[in-house]
Amino acid sequence: MFDDHSPIYRQIAEQIKADVLRGVLVAEEQVMSTNQYAAHYRINPATAAKAFQHLVDEGVIYKRRGVGMFVSADAPTRLRDEKRERFFTDVLEPLVAQARTLGIPAADVVTHIQQLFENDDLGEGR
Amino acid sequence: MTLSIQTTDLRIRYGDTEALHGLDLDLPGGKIYGLLGRNGAGKSTLLSALAGFRKPSAGTVLVGGQPVFENVTATTKICLIREDGWVGDPTDNIGDILEMAKYLRPSWDDTYANELLDRFALPRKKALNALSRGQRSAFGVVVGLASRAPLTMFDEAHLGMDAPTRQLFLDELLRDYLANPRTFVISTHLIEEQSPLFEDVLIIDRGRVLLHEELDELRTRGVSVTGPAEVVEDFVAGLTVLGRQRLGPTVQAMVYGTLDDDQRRRARGRGLELGPVGVQDLFIHLTSAENATNAPNLTGADA
Repeated sequence: MFDDHSPIYRQIAEQIKADVLRGVLVAEEQVMSTNQYAAHYRINPATAAKAFQHLVDEGVIYKRRGVGMFVSADAPTRLRDEKRERFFTDVLEPLVAQARTLGIPAADVVTHIQQLFENDDLGEGR
Repeated sequence: MTLSIQTTDLRIRYGDTEALHGLDLDLPGGKIYGLLGRNGAGKSTLLSALAGFRKPSAGTVLVGGQPVFENVTATTKICLIREDGWVGDPTDNIGDILEMAKYLRPSWDDTYANELLDRFALPRKKALNALSRGQRSAFGVVVGLASRAPLTMFDEAHLGMDAPTRQLFLDELLRDYLANPRTFVISTHLIEEQSPLFEDVLIIDRGRVLLHEELDELRTRGVSVTGPAEVVEDFVAGLTVLGRQRLGPTVQAMVYGTLDDDQRRRARGRGLELGPVGVQDLFIHLTSAENATNAPNLTGADA
């Protein structure tokens, strides 16, 4: 479930953000409590709490006193905007660097990207 | 109720041999602590001293602010399940041992003990010495958890258990910790399997505390640096290197510490590959014989 070499709290936070991005968790939906999360994934509750606090600080989720934690109304759009901003540096730059190393011409890369976009099998959320 | 643990310059000697060389620990109550160390590092000796089974040769042990040795008020609140799994007289049957435990511990929960017996599928009528090694360990877990002792310690409680039983142990431990917060100390060699449950990790090495750190923090503490030998050596100069692996002209150095963004950029700029180091690998390298001399500068993480 979790890898052994990066902080678990960060892995949990990333998972929840990925769930929000993919629409598995929608705006205003309640998320598991830290204790439920800890028991389910067999992790220390303090670690789970740290992940949730991290998400609260980032505005992805918010607390309703005495009720639980919920996905913020603007979290889905905000996370998508952030990902979009980072898409070119995080995804495209390494891709171009690799293409250069392998000697693949830009035109070939562009053609392939075009083809992939036209392929219906690669739906959203992949 | 939870109990804190403090030791000051704790020394334990067996005849001419000193097993613990002056341990200073300050552990707030209410957490699950993982106690790691190689065989013979002093884990069991430390746990015995914390439980009041063994008198310190020097220094002090305080649990919940009270000395523990020959202090019944303190020891009824402490439960240590030893690694041999003998929680009672070998010829006594399970049911009788539970009766005894109930009598000894004010916090004992009988209903829970019976639930656990069922969950671990343990026979009430059998004698302790008629159980398999794995069953004996499971029974130790039953006694430890049902004790509801404000300080509960398991010394390799999983010995002989099969994988599903070990999982049940971890599930029950976590479930009961959530329902009845208390201080747990768990010594183990199963780092990858059990460490996600720990809030803090203590590493004991050759009778000394090598490190006390939040587990999630420890996961960020190792970096592997891979590349051509001279470039790697130049980059790691001045850093704490725990180990090196050589493959032809390539060297992989394991660095203890966290690199800042600047260092990371510099490494990448020189074509070095940076990777994470798992907790188990860190443990292996931190406690290896070659790193014995590195030990003192790691405890700074304590503060």
